[in-house]
Amino acid sequence: MSATEVKRTLSFTQAADDEKTIYQRSKPGRRAFTPPPLDVPERPLDELLPASLRRSEAARLPEVSEPEIVRHYNRLSKRNFDLDTGFYPLGSCTMKHNPKLHERVAALPGHAKLHPFQDPADAQGALELMWRLQYALGEISGLPHVSLQPSAGSHGELAGVLLTRAYHEDRGQHRTKVLTPDTAHGTNPATVTMAGYEVVKVGTDADGNVDIEDLRAKATDDVACLMLTNPSTLGLFEPQIKEIAEIVHSVGATLYYDGANLNAIMGICRPGDMGFDIVHFNLHKSFTQPHGGGGPGSGPIAVSDRIEPYLPRPQVVRRPGTGGDVGGVSSRPPTPNRSTNGEQWSYDLDYDRPKSIGRLRGFQGNFGVFVRSYAYIRSLGAGGLKEASEVAVLNANYLLAKLRQEGVLEYLPAAYDRLCMHEFVLSGAPMKRELGIKTLDLAKRLLDHGVHPPTVYFPLLVEEALLVEPTETETRETLDDFAAMVAEVLREAKEDPEIARNAPYTTPVRRLDEAGAARNPVLRQQL
Amino acid sequence: MSRYTSVTEQDLEQMLATIGVATVEDLFADIPPVLRLGRPLALDEGLSEQEVYGELRTLAARNVSTEDEVTFLGAGMYDHYIPALIDSIIMRSEFLTPYTPYQPEISQGGLQAMFEYQTAISELTGLPVSNGSVYEGPSAVAAAGYIAKHHNGRKRFVISRGVHPHAIETLQTLAVGYGMDVEIVELTDGVTKLPELDDQVSAVIVAQPNFLGAVEPLQEIAEAAHAAGALAVCSADPIPLGLLEAPGDQGIDVVVGEGQTLGNRLDFGGPSFGFFAVTQDLVRRLPGRIAGETRDMDGKRGFVLTLQTREQHIRREKATSNICTSQALNALAGVIYLSWLGRRGLVELGELLVQKTAYAREQLASLSGVSLSHTQPVVREFPIRIEGGVDKAIAHCKAQGINPGYRLSDDELLVAITEQRTRAQIDSLVAAVKEALV
Repeated sequence: MSATEVKRTLSFTQAADDEKTIYQRSKPGRRAFTPPPLDVPERPLDELLPASLRRSEAARLPEVSEPEIVRHYNRLSKRNFDLDTGFYPLGSCTMKHNPKLHERVAALPGHAKLHPFQDPADAQGALELMWRLQYALGEISGLPHVSLQPSAGSHGELAGVLLTRAYHEDRGQHRTKVLTPDTAHGTNPATVTMAGYEVVKVGTDADGNVDIEDLRAKATDDVACLMLTNPSTLGLFEPQIKEIAEIVHSVGATLYYDGANLNAIMGICRPGDMGFDIVHFNLHKSFTQPHGGGGPGSGPIAVSDRIEPYLPRPQVVRRPGTGGDVGGVSSRPPTPNRSTNGEQWSYDLDYDRPKSIGRLRGFQGNFGVFVRSYAYIRSLGAGGLKEASEVAVLNANYLLAKLRQEGVLEYLPAAYDRLCMHEFVLSGAPMKRELGIKTLDLAKRLLDHGVHPPTVYFPLLVEEALLVEPTETETRETLDDFAAMVAEVLREAKEDPEIARNAPYTTPVRRLDEAGAARNPVLRQQL
Repeated sequence: MSRYTSVTEQDLEQMLATIGVATVEDLFADIPPVLRLGRPLALDEGLSEQEVYGELRTLAARNVSTEDEVTFLGAGMYDHYIPALIDSIIMRSEFLTPYTPYQPEISQGGLQAMFEYQTAISELTGLPVSNGSVYEGPSAVAAAGYIAKHHNGRKRFVISRGVHPHAIETLQTLAVGYGMDVEIVELTDGVTKLPELDDQVSAVIVAQPNFLGAVEPLQEIAEAAHAAGALAVCSADPIPLGLLEAPGDQGIDVVVGEGQTLGNRLDFGGPSFGFFAVTQDLVRRLPGRIAGETRDMDGKRGFVLTLQTREQHIRREKATSNICTSQALNALAGVIYLSWLGRRGLVELGELLVQKTAYAREQLASLSGVSLSHTQPVVREFPIRIEGGVDKAIAHCKAQGINPGYRLSDDELLVAITEQRTRAQIDSLVAAVKEALV
């Protein structure tokens, strides 16, 4: 088969011409918005807002009718691949199914139309939901004190390292370094710098575990924290975690858990029991918030007793007493609770936290995400969460075994030949050497097969890395098909590596000039 | 088997055989037994879909939403109308369920929308470059501070009291990590009057309109900041920007802000998005994703994530920010909303707000016992003074199904007007406040 005869499996809209932008569809005089009537006496605008404060020319937004907007963005949508359409084994991202119920419950007016400054007495349902989610995340992590405030994983990391700083400084200790393994997510070292610490890398041993001797040498009393992902970004559980925790704690440092990989261990083991002091969760990974093409997410943190005083404020708290009676902590007059709920609890936002690191953002966090994640936890329950992790690990190991059966590992060996957790890393180095195609080429050719490729070139310490995370919501048949697809790309490359090198062919656009985009940045439509 | 997994008994047997282990338990051999939980999580067992729906509905019913009362609450998030077409587009799986567009060939929809969004933000702010979004407003202010720190290496932020209190507090939280000091400048007559700035000021940060609704003299502020060698940063409210002179045209270097009002739900405070625009000089210090235009190998136009050497996954400890996942879907709602309003609609909406707000302000100020905290021009929000009477006014209004605004103090109330508030509703607010003060 030649490069021009490749099979077409995708059903993308393929326009012959460039897809116009919304600005290129604009025509003066068209409109989608009809303003409501002005029902107050009209005054000269200059009296209310002097011309000197106003724009001389309106912002050049598009002028388009409603049907044009709908068609434009629907057309654009068809130029996206998405999880609801096909397999998405993007390692470290936990692309599990996003249950449809969640959109329905998040859209209930009591959630979606609740103002963040509503009196807590009139937001008891929202605060109770947050309290229950805090409780559940505390139980899942084994760390009882939870703040839902951070907006995403990296924001949770920043909270965690600032908590560490507050903890040490409260003890009069000025520490300067934070340890991160060389396998860490890029957010870890970036966070450390933002929090004012120096990054010190810890090596990885031949089995893919933290190099204990290297850790021992670097764990000095000026180290504030070790940030660790367990299972690691190599998809491997760190069996020496107890020893690691002892080393870190022996120098008075804290142990931080990057929760990106929590999907492997829910209900099986808990970061708190391993000795971690602080953990962040990615509700957009393990807890099904749809990724939205790059957010929104949510990155709650859970901490141990010794870190609790420093948690961001406000904290959602539960107090005894009937709804609306906030027990004298609020100067606001009590408002009758409008529910008939029988529970003898009331919920409030507690700002009175003198040792808190303060706020990390406005309001109470990404509440809409909390609703979805809470619904997920209620749907699965204790047993279902454990099952999710078990099947995530089962699916990953099965896919690895299947790839081996298909002969794929001959060219793409597992970086570490042992059982994996919820994801695994292959190295494309032999494939590059022997078949002349890079991991990038393989990924691009997989696009023509109608799947999203795995994460490529991460973790950094594996040459030509491919990080594969199937998640628990995929069927065995999907995994079988994927293994066969990868085998097919390799078989094809043996015959003609040019096919993969020039892939993809069936997508709305073909391989894009990324270097050119960075060299001459065009970052907005010229009007 | 849960409803979201699909491993049958037969699948399980065959999968374990293929792997070469006897039980699922064997797959977890690396986890030392002492670390196993050894008991079920102390959470209830799973529920059917309809039971979960019922529970969430019960919880939601215990909240008083903007559908349940007439609200004049604002103070950072506002009850603007959200057109139906937004949900119909952002609920599409193709926008709702993909990850960050790491594979541009199959992500052109999201990338092009991001490019269109950047264009709209650039137009609103009067600055040439926008990123693809950050988390939300207050953390965007703190992220702007990080840019300034690296831009000039100075030690202190000067922030106006007119910036949202959550933004001031967020900046204070993060400044500890940045190793920076934060100095707050109080308002004079409702607007910012800068003190003498020394050569250690890294950035001057103000809001437009400010937290008390007043329009700030941005040009004067930008000039003072630049004269001292500092960056001028403005946290702006995007709908008023449709009427007000663009901050970038007044010399502001970094314009950030809360994007909720652009087609996003209140959602008890999130998720929304933060916008972030800068001058050309600062492009390579931007945090987060940026979409850029390019060509594919056939010469067709396409879009990619660009200037990625700024970002954490490439630069790691030297990155311009640690941000990874941001708020792409919310920013998409933002650009759809702005396209819906359109060039004229944004101005018409702004003018409507100015008129209605002026009416409400005048009516409230005419009451005995009520005065204006400041008389600066405003767009959609203003504070009133009710000496010692704010709690009484709130309680009385609430009893009538009116939420009169944000309680600034015992004596001051911040009232917000959106296009959804009718004259009749404003009149009932005025009547209720009047009654409360009798």
